[in-house]
Amino acid sequence: MASAPSKLYQDDVSLVVALLDTNPFFWAAASLPFSEFLHHVIPFINSLLLLNQLNRVVLIATGTSSCGYIFDSGDGNASGNSNAVCSGIIKKLEDFVGKDSKIGKGSNGDGTRPAISSLLSGSLSLALCYIQRIFRSGTRHPQPRILCLQGSPDGPEQYVAVMNSIFSAQRLMIPIDSCIVGAQHSAFLQQASYITGGVYLKPQQLDGLFQFLAAVFATDLHSRNFLRLPKPAGVDLRASCFCHKKTIDMGYVCSVCLSIFCKYHKKCSTCGSEFNQVAPDSTIPDQKH
Amino acid sequence: MAVISVATRYKTTVKEPGVPGVLKMNEERFVFVPNDPRSLMKLNVEFKNIKGHKFSKDGSKQALLNLTQDPEKGTGYIFEFDNFTDRNSCRDFVGRVLGKLQSVPGRPNEQSVPEKSAGAPLPEQLSAIEMERRIKLLREDSELLRLHKQFVLSGVLTESEFWATRKTLLGEDTTRMTKQRPGFKSAMLADVRPSADGRTNKVTFSLTPEIIQQIFAEKPAVHRAFLNLVPSKMSEKDFWTKYCRAEYLNRTRNAVVAAAEAAEDEELAVFLKHDDILANEARRKIRRVDPTLDMEADEGDDYIHLPDHGILRDAQKDTAETETEVSRRTLSQDLNRHAAVVLEGRALDVELGDTRTVAEALAWSKQELLSKEKSEENVNLEKQEKVARMTELEDLQAPRNPQYASLCIKDPREYFDSQQANALRALGGTEFGTNSLDLNLSKEEVYRHLKEQISEAKSRGLRNPIIRPDTALKVFSGLSQHLSSTRFQLGKNSQESALDRIPHRTKDDLMHHWTSIQELLRHFWSSYPITTAGLYNKVQRVKDAMGQIYQKLQEIKESSQSDFRHQVSLLVQPMLQALDAAFAHYDSEQQKRTAKSGAKPNGFVR
Repeated sequence: MASAPSKLYQDDVSLVVALLDTNPFFWAAASLPFSEFLHHVIPFINSLLLLNQLNRVVLIATGTSSCGYIFDSGDGNASGNSNAVCSGIIKKLEDFVGKDSKIGKGSNGDGTRPAISSLLSGSLSLALCYIQRIFRSGTRHPQPRILCLQGSPDGPEQYVAVMNSIFSAQRLMIPIDSCIVGAQHSAFLQQASYITGGVYLKPQQLDGLFQFLAAVFATDLHSRNFLRLPKPAGVDLRASCFCHKKTIDMGYVCSVCLSIFCKYHKKCSTCGSEFNQVAPDSTIPDQKH
Repeated sequence: MAVISVATRYKTTVKEPGVPGVLKMNEERFVFVPNDPRSLMKLNVEFKNIKGHKFSKDGSKQALLNLTQDPEKGTGYIFEFDNFTDRNSCRDFVGRVLGKLQSVPGRPNEQSVPEKSAGAPLPEQLSAIEMERRIKLLREDSELLRLHKQFVLSGVLTESEFWATRKTLLGEDTTRMTKQRPGFKSAMLADVRPSADGRTNKVTFSLTPEIIQQIFAEKPAVHRAFLNLVPSKMSEKDFWTKYCRAEYLNRTRNAVVAAAEAAEDEELAVFLKHDDILANEARRKIRRVDPTLDMEADEGDDYIHLPDHGILRDAQKDTAETETEVSRRTLSQDLNRHAAVVLEGRALDVELGDTRTVAEALAWSKQELLSKEKSEENVNLEKQEKVARMTELEDLQAPRNPQYASLCIKDPREYFDSQQANALRALGGTEFGTNSLDLNLSKEEVYRHLKEQISEAKSRGLRNPIIRPDTALKVFSGLSQHLSSTRFQLGKNSQESALDRIPHRTKDDLMHHWTSIQELLRHFWSSYPITTAGLYNKVQRVKDAMGQIYQKLQEIKESSQSDFRHQVSLLVQPMLQALDAAFAHYDSEQQKRTAKSGAKPNGFVR
């Protein structure tokens, strides 16, 4: 799917916003250590910048309680030297992780269960806002796309926010590519790539991650019309219910705002409309919500 | 059994005079016996051989009824009747019989069928409009036509059943037939001309209700006078007499006489004065003119009411100036007023009968219009606003800084429950990573670990080479294999559906079968529970047709090429399942019925 045409620019200039998953709970137990991961990703970013002089790359880190910009190649300060880029990124990452841990400490006490999913919705929103700013900056802009490097599992409590971001990306015609470095597939990202026309890939060999990234995700949007890129066999399009956040196949839908519930409710919690009709089966309406 | 016998003439073509005789019809056959016993034109035909009947229109030269055997060639038995009533009764009878015959093609012979005395349903008496609508629908929708041909003409479904589910399609037509309301004639009827009788001194005015309505519409002062004076002060006839006198006086250019009479008779004066209602209306309209369109609209632009260049009616030229109130209407005034009224359209639908009711209805509709108009102040305010807006010159404005909309972040708890506890409970038990997650790791430990990793990366710097060549080769070969295998299964375009990939003919066949199955299944399932013999017959017919389609689907599945076999079978599968469900239901119902009826005979239960 072609993205919004960039006026007066060459066809193959791209703006890649890469979302790095920095969830420490995931990386603590991942098969690929985080340093190795960085050793694949940072050269990949450098190679993106090498492909075209006008290419731009933005890195956003996805933490557990916050997200932040790590690197922006369009910045005046960033020099072209790859070592400088590398060290710059690493330094910023350190700062970000430090901040994230502090924020995380403030909100939850030590006794509660730790969060095991990262804030995908937050980083998607950050990416979309950045791209929107680029759109409004003038007539000449590269073709943007979003690359998600995700490892943590999906947090069902973020379902609504993630879906909203996906639909915004669809409307702006921004493809969302996803590369899963974790163990299981991510339903959110499958849907994201399917709806926006991006590429979804879960590499089998993580030690060849750089090669996967360079072969599949480095190409700009115009060239993708001529290339054949891997497609997933099927897309898990299940939704999660709004009351318990568990994925469901069959449920109840509010006729006003289309929110999904797994059990019969008397009143919709999103839009507040009341359901006056009697439930078809004899279950007692859930009074908790 | 009903029997009809009528004296008719039998002929083989329309032109010949025909053989006179008597035609007797009953439910199975018709018999024609000529009057002349020597003639050989005896007929004894069963209705089973008659496919249809045609007849000439009521009121044409001959009252003909043609019982056709072969609908395409048109050969049949033509009977000419003496009058149309006879012909119509015969025609209706034939129609009924044929309808009965055609709706029950295969009556089953089993006694276990519960037979109601009502028998087969009578065919509907279709009106001509209904037939037209159906034909029109069939013409417009080729899909419908195909379904119709497939099922109704082959006898699986009857006309009435086919159209029973499509009432909404037929019903739409009625809304299109709302009548157009005719407006006023553009001829100026309100300009009543007398006819003068050359011999006597009488002058005759003729007023029809149509003319009266136009007079009321064009001259609101007259309308008001009518409402006020009739029937309280004078009768209608007197009113119109006065009106006509006023018209006559206007025409005779005799201003002095007119003035004199006006002075005497108040009511007459009304007709001779300027129409003040018109004047008010015109003034109000001018005040409402949008100043951005016409800045200098003022009373001089009143073309309807004020005298213009002075070309009077009947090509007169008025040189003398009159000080009286008698108005002299100019040609352009009349024309403009009439044109305005015609363009406004006919506000009433009242039948032109009683003048009084017409007048009242007109007054009432005018009042409604007035009440809908906004008050003067509102109009003025709007005008001023609009003037202010339009007189701004954009290039002379100062550049406005882009305004920022303030960001409003609502409390997420208001629009969706972010119940972390519930979510985590639901998620409990998920593991990630190939190593098992040690849940006892506290947050600090985990963050510390991550920071260690980052500093290690910093110290080591980027590796050279970034990736080992054999790993890279493995990745490449894996990717290309994956791509070539998926291409085979999924096709080039991810947005393509399974239907687009199979060859066109198969696709068309499958779509066609799908619509046929839908139609048949709808009729099948709606006939249960079976209560009459008619429904039973219908179910039989429908089931046979479904069986045929089932066969065809199996053939398609087997004959498709190996490339597409999987997709085709995926597409065919739901259709076969639906048909299987229908057959299973049918069989179970049959069993129930035979089991039930097995206990019936002689009342003994063995």
